Amino acid sequence: MITFMNNSDSEEEPCNERTSLMSAESPPVPSYQDGPQASEAGEVQGHRKRRAGSSRSPNNVTDGDVSDSGVPVRESALENEEEELTLKYGAKHVIMLFVPVTLCMIVVVATIKSVRFYTEKNGQLIYTPFTEDTPSVGQRLLNSVLNTIIMISVIVVMTVFLVLLYKYRCYKFIHGWLILSSLMLLFLFTYIYLGEVLKTYNVAMDYPTLFLVIWNFGAVGMICIHWKGPLQLQQAYLIMISALMALVFIKYLPEWSAWVILGAISIYDLMAVLCPKGPLRMLVETAQERNEPIFPALIYSSAMIWTVGMAKPDTAARGPSQQMWDAAEDGREDHRSPSHADSQMSETRSPVPSRPITSFEELEEEERGVKLGLGDFIFYSVLVGKAAATASGDWNTTLACFVAILIGLCLTLLLLAVFKKALPALPISITFGLVFYFSTDNLVRPFMDTLASHQLYI
Amino acid sequence: MGAAVFFGCAGIAFGPAFALVLFTVAAEPLRVIVLVAGAFFWLVSLLLASLIWFVSVHLSDREDAKLQYGLLIFGAAVSVLLQEAFRFAYFKLLKKADEGLAMISEDGRSPISLRQMAYVSGLSFGIISGVFSVINILADSIGPGIVGIHGDSPYYFITSAFLTMALVLLHTFWGVIFFDACEKRRYWCLGLVVASHLLTSGLTFLNPRYEASLVPIFIITLCTGLWAFVTAGGSFHNILKCLSCKQEDDSRVMMYSALQVPFED
Repeated sequence: MITFMNNSDSEEEPCNERTSLMSAESPPVPSYQDGPQASEAGEVQGHRKRRAGSSRSPNNVTDGDVSDSGVPVRESALENEEEELTLKYGAKHVIMLFVPVTLCMIVVVATIKSVRFYTEKNGQLIYTPFTEDTPSVGQRLLNSVLNTIIMISVIVVMTVFLVLLYKYRCYKFIHGWLILSSLMLLFLFTYIYLGEVLKTYNVAMDYPTLFLVIWNFGAVGMICIHWKGPLQLQQAYLIMISALMALVFIKYLPEWSAWVILGAISIYDLMAVLCPKGPLRMLVETAQERNEPIFPALIYSSAMIWTVGMAKPDTAARGPSQQMWDAAEDGREDHRSPSHADSQMSETRSPVPSRPITSFEELEEEERGVKLGLGDFIFYSVLVGKAAATASGDWNTTLACFVAILIGLCLTLLLLAVFKKALPALPISITFGLVFYFSTDNLVRPFMDTLASHQLYI
Repeated sequence: MGAAVFFGCAGIAFGPAFALVLFTVAAEPLRVIVLVAGAFFWLVSLLLASLIWFVSVHLSDREDAKLQYGLLIFGAAVSVLLQEAFRFAYFKLLKKADEGLAMISEDGRSPISLRQMAYVSGLSFGIISGVFSVINILADSIGPGIVGIHGDSPYYFITSAFLTMALVLLHTFWGVIFFDACEKRRYWCLGLVVASHLLTSGLTFLNPRYEASLVPIFIITLCTGLWAFVTAGGSFHNILKCLSCKQEDDSRVMMYSALQVPFED
């Protein structure tokens, strides 16, 4: 399944991509053709036209022709098999996304519940200048709406800026931006986080040890994310980064503004991915015109991409191209780098299966990964973390939001399999999450508390 | 109080559920999805029931304690009925999904059977119901405090944990029986499941008198468990076969050309 990754624009710095879901599958093997160029082109073409994809790659292997025109022909012939395999692998993809999203949320909720720093009010970001300490409810509501408008406009501006950068081929600028932002996340935010955790548990740590720990963590993180590293380590780093970012948002966004921003960002996500003139869509179309991969952004990739590259050794180098459909719109620093690293990852991964994959069946069973943008991770975790922080100590609200988000993700993946086009991952989950948060906090909590006080079970 | 009570009660309440999930659900993606979706359905039913209770409380006199208690009983009954209604709705959804999966699969059979879905959906209802009932209590048990200092029972935590365990198992059994009854259109079974749920919930109203509530609830759990076992196709014969670990006869065909047993795929 190909879906365009919708980069989420986070407000200030770490803007992650709120993304739509993207599933990566191994690029179709251009079989026995010309050079890497044609294979790349064919692959990208095929990539664009691919829908459900599981069957695509294996079938591509057996087909001889790999011209661009050949790809669509092949595709139509394989529709049915695709459907089957899509749905067969669909459940697996859902679980491949459930696990990291759950882990990220667990990290955020555990931190919120134990480290007081992230629930203390210590000022606000400059992107939400209006305070919420107002005497009247109406004023507070107005301030939160104004904050949201400012935040969303910053995001839109950054996204458009990124699209322009991409359009005018300023790749070095984007690369540098990404590296800078991931540096900040991996070193500065981790240092602050570690400091607060140590303070909470009253553990003393001397500066040399601290330096060693932070240096190792950060350096390995930069390497894993931007260059090569074991898949699971990279996944772990991406989850950690998303959790850190979500914690920053939870701390610095005032309460009502946070909820309004969550709602507004899901609407923005919906529009940016589905509207014809949306920045994300434009980015993808530009990349399509140039027949090159979209600038890799922050994405979480769940599996290895097998380039079925036994026919030609340089097909292995095509690995990254298939992952490139992540719009790196928001020029937010931080998260760009990980996604960039991600593409590098696939590049390095591709040469790995240098052993010839001989049987057709083996190809069919290959791991097809799914990708989800880190922005989605971040906003899901912000929702659950805010629920944990502000729901009057109630665990039921947190759990209800968690289930709601997972179901939203499941539904989005289902829609993905049905519509076979790029879909934003935020709207359904955030809507369910918001509905469940407010209703559980206001309706279910008093009911369950009253029942529990009489030790009644329903 | 403290970690001992927390871990002990959490183990009692969720031990069976955790083991069941670990050994039967966690490995299969489809079952995990059915689990999470079942939890979602239960949550929606709870939402509606809380809404009804909330509205009724706000429309009534807050000071009257008896009325409030009556409204609570009413709310609990409505919640039970809504849970069963949503179980039925989930059955309908899963049936459709089963047919869909069977259609698109290669050999015309869906990768997960309706019975498995019945079991997983029952388990999901049980887990989410148990978690919602007991998680705040468990969270409080970590902190400092003395239980029952105002005259309530000092066994609050442990009885809550046992009740939760019973509830989880009961929901699992009810799920199996309910789906089977819906499949075979045995409406008296459905009625019995709803009645036993109402009975269980009603028994918890006797609660500080644990011998009157816990013991019958466990008896009900046992009976429902046996009923679910029989419904799912179990029998004494099956248990014996399982315990004796006998291998089934090999019904593989010998290949003519090589005169050897073909490899398993």
